[in-house]
Amino acid sequence: MKGLLVTPELIAEHGLSPEEYERIKAILGREPNYTELGIFSVMWSEHCSYKSSKVHLKTLPTQGECILQGPGENAGVVDIGDGLCAVFKIESHNHPSFIEPYQGAATGVGGIIRDIFTMGARPIALFDSLRFGPLEDPKNRYLLSGVVGGISSYGNAVGVPTVGGEVFISDTYSLNPLVNVLCLGIAKKDRIFLGRASGEGNPVIYVGAKTGRDGIHGATMASEAFDEASGERRPTVQVGDPFKEKLLIEACLELFDTDYLVGIQDMGAAGLTCSTCEMASRGGVGIEIDLAKVLRREEGMTPYEVMLSESQERMLLVVKKGSEAEVERIFKKWDLDAVSIGQVTGDGLLRVKDGKKVVAEIPAKALAKEAPVYHRPIQQPAYLEEAWTFDPSRLPVPGDLGQILLDLLTSPNIASKEIIYEQYDHMLFLNTVVLPGSDAVVLRLKGTGKALALSLDGNGRYVYLDPYLGGKIAVAEAARNVVCAGARPLAITNCLNFGSPERPEIMGQFAEVVRGMATACRALGTPVTGGNVSFYNETLEKAVFPTPVVGMLGLMEDVNHATTQWFKEEGDLIVLLGETHEELGGSEYLRVCHGLEGGRPPSLDLEREKAVQAACLDAIQAGLVRSAHDCSEGGLAVALAESCISGPGKGLGLEVGLQDGLRPDALLFGESQSRIIVSLREADLQDLGEITEKHKVPMKVLGRVQGSRFTVQGLFFEINLGLEEMERAWRGGLARYFRPQTTDIRLMSEAWSPKSDEKGKAYHEDH
Amino acid sequence: MRFGIIVFPGSNCELDCLHVVQNVLKQPAELVWHKEEHLKSYDCIVLPGGFAHGDYLRTGAIARFSPVMRAVETFAKEGGLVLGICNGFQILCEAGLLPGALVRNRSLRFICKFIHIRTENTLTPFTCLFKRGQILKVPINHNEGCYYADPGTLRQLEDNGQIVFRYSDPKGEITEEANPNGSLANIAGICNKAGNVLGLMPHPERASEACLGSEDGRLIFESVISQMAVK
Repeated sequence: MKGLLVTPELIAEHGLSPEEYERIKAILGREPNYTELGIFSVMWSEHCSYKSSKVHLKTLPTQGECILQGPGENAGVVDIGDGLCAVFKIESHNHPSFIEPYQGAATGVGGIIRDIFTMGARPIALFDSLRFGPLEDPKNRYLLSGVVGGISSYGNAVGVPTVGGEVFISDTYSLNPLVNVLCLGIAKKDRIFLGRASGEGNPVIYVGAKTGRDGIHGATMASEAFDEASGERRPTVQVGDPFKEKLLIEACLELFDTDYLVGIQDMGAAGLTCSTCEMASRGGVGIEIDLAKVLRREEGMTPYEVMLSESQERMLLVVKKGSEAEVERIFKKWDLDAVSIGQVTGDGLLRVKDGKKVVAEIPAKALAKEAPVYHRPIQQPAYLEEAWTFDPSRLPVPGDLGQILLDLLTSPNIASKEIIYEQYDHMLFLNTVVLPGSDAVVLRLKGTGKALALSLDGNGRYVYLDPYLGGKIAVAEAARNVVCAGARPLAITNCLNFGSPERPEIMGQFAEVVRGMATACRALGTPVTGGNVSFYNETLEKAVFPTPVVGMLGLMEDVNHATTQWFKEEGDLIVLLGETHEELGGSEYLRVCHGLEGGRPPSLDLEREKAVQAACLDAIQAGLVRSAHDCSEGGLAVALAESCISGPGKGLGLEVGLQDGLRPDALLFGESQSRIIVSLREADLQDLGEITEKHKVPMKVLGRVQGSRFTVQGLFFEINLGLEEMERAWRGGLARYFRPQTTDIRLMSEAWSPKSDEKGKAYHEDH
Repeated sequence: MRFGIIVFPGSNCELDCLHVVQNVLKQPAELVWHKEEHLKSYDCIVLPGGFAHGDYLRTGAIARFSPVMRAVETFAKEGGLVLGICNGFQILCEAGLLPGALVRNRSLRFICKFIHIRTENTLTPFTCLFKRGQILKVPINHNEGCYYADPGTLRQLEDNGQIVFRYSDPKGEITEEANPNGSLANIAGICNKAGNVLGLMPHPERASEACLGSEDGRLIFESVISQMAVK
């Protein structure tokens, strides 16, 4: 490699533009060598540098009373009282998961977990947000089962429960599925660690797995669109080892209890390169490392390969000088390697040596903070005009509304997700007081009487049809879900999945989504603590729906306020908070029943939203609410149906009357925002009325939890369905796409018993 | 009266077991690293769930060679109480402290959910507070929970009353539908002939507090504690 000339072709192969190359030359005051070119290319890739998104992300609100650490570190940190803080972040692993779903998703889980325990937190929960194309297509079923299998195998074995998430299916994701994983951890407030190097002469220690050639240029791959030959990139996907990661978690947690640690960062995208220059840059110091000391599992690796490898389960530490032996002892207990590979310097340079020879020398800040920042051209997407001309009111109202409800319950976007979450350990650590399957998962904080709630949301279809409004709704709905569980929304993390930023229409979507999210975050008082941007989610110039995924964290002062979405007892009243408008645009109903994805998404009034959430939370805290459920995809009818059938026990029926003059399909299946269905004892109705009045929230008694049928009587229609029928549709809607894999141990038992040996003999004799 | 909870590299339910014993049942307990070679001071040893040594090769296949397992064997031979939960059950089978083996679930998928089990033997130290045929709601959480033994061993288990728990429906009927993983004879938990070693796939520690959906599993720990008191 030594003699390799830096040619224009080589520069282009590294995804660098001629202008970027000129800038590199100016920074160095000379031509970079091959290794340096590689280092610049990964650090300045879209994935690591956020060069296209930075100017927009700056507009998001990031300050708040409870925010201890906003964007810029490995994860956000939120104060939750009692000397504790919640550490959380979401990240995408879309590209690797498309190429190799099982390992791609698995290593996505591993990567985000490292981001959390790097901060000094024990990871206590994982959530995942998945998007696939229609499951009638075997390729999409393969991706779905591969991704779920990867999350299940890695998450379960690494010992972090996967407690929730969401799945959304749409044509657009056929060309590029999305796999976003969120991890939540808990740390002591005074024991937060940062990815910052400091103290000249302090040793830099490499711990964890050995370095191989896997994943070289993974970050660059994640910064390009796909073409037909994308399968050829399979070798850039890494293979995860959850056992090694589990050991790393435990060893690091042990280290956090000592006073040896100065700074710590995981080696994720761009591996050793990113961890060294980011730690040096944040600390305003330099780092010098010797690659000859880096543990390897392959022979003959060049400095270029060692620096760019994305081998999994590795961490970089800066510890106090003189504590090396003690640190090594901790890792040795967990059968992990820990070697000193260099030290902190005062010159601000990332100096990489291979033995005595210097193979790269670059100002650390130039790599980590001085990547080019682009104000990419922005344009309103051309399709919007046409999508907005669509008028759902010209569609005929279907006759059999009961059948349509069943069809909606069968849609994978609405159907029960238990076939997926039952494959994940979602109970480990004994915190999950509200299991997956309700609006938000609730995790108790043992020893405090408090709990956290978390919900992941992001309806890409709304965002596609109106990026600004869709961005607002993503935040509002996530907050509403957390409120329905009984918690006060605190802060968000977000993952923004888009097409190529080099296309003005995509940047147009991006800018509007960020503007929408910023507006909603300000209105609801939930700042952004960090997140991840994933561009280039497109194949052959066809981009996915612009998909922001919002992870909303909420705090419950009293775990006894934890509320679930299903009805509790016959005779309870069913009440709607909020109002239904004639809004069918962007609805699941339009897609399922009319094959359309058009119109304008439902409107959102953030003042009303705040009021509805405040009223619901007040009512929950006053002990009035027995169940609370957000009206989202599928509208009022689906929310009512889910309240009947989604509980752990036998379902409860209802008798509801809707005396509303809206067209029936809009009334039943429209997705008007800021609506929550609650159930309560009749005796508590007056108290609820006082609360809703105080918050100026419309409230309507819809009916009663009653019997074993689902009966909704409107002015011009009636739905009367049996619960079993609805439950069959809802429970089977997604499960039907998972292969009924079975083996029967009985057959094996028989085959091994002496009797069948004789059968076997007979078989041989016959032939 | 002390519980020792073994920690293998890759175990992950040790803190949960510790929480239930210490905070819910208010009993002294401590974690025991897998390299420990002496277990004399404990009354009950718990092998918790997880993925000991990554469960590489085969569940429990490497863990049985951890130094502590020789001590567990001696401890069991001397009549000490040994409770293997999930991965702990798998390890006990691999170590030969319990007969049979746990193979992949019939569905070939990992399963985490609440199920029901029926108590088949109330004479063991782990079930002495149970009513005959008592039904428990407890969660399972495994990929390899399908119990297998050759017909001869199965017969012996039946004859000796070593089958302690079977998967059942909520009413206690032992049915095919109630069998979540394809285990032979719906077996969810067995003990050794002496009755002092119990292995079960469901997680009693996950069903020991009402706020988690069930308290039924706590009775196993309470039975053990009542035995200790007698001793």
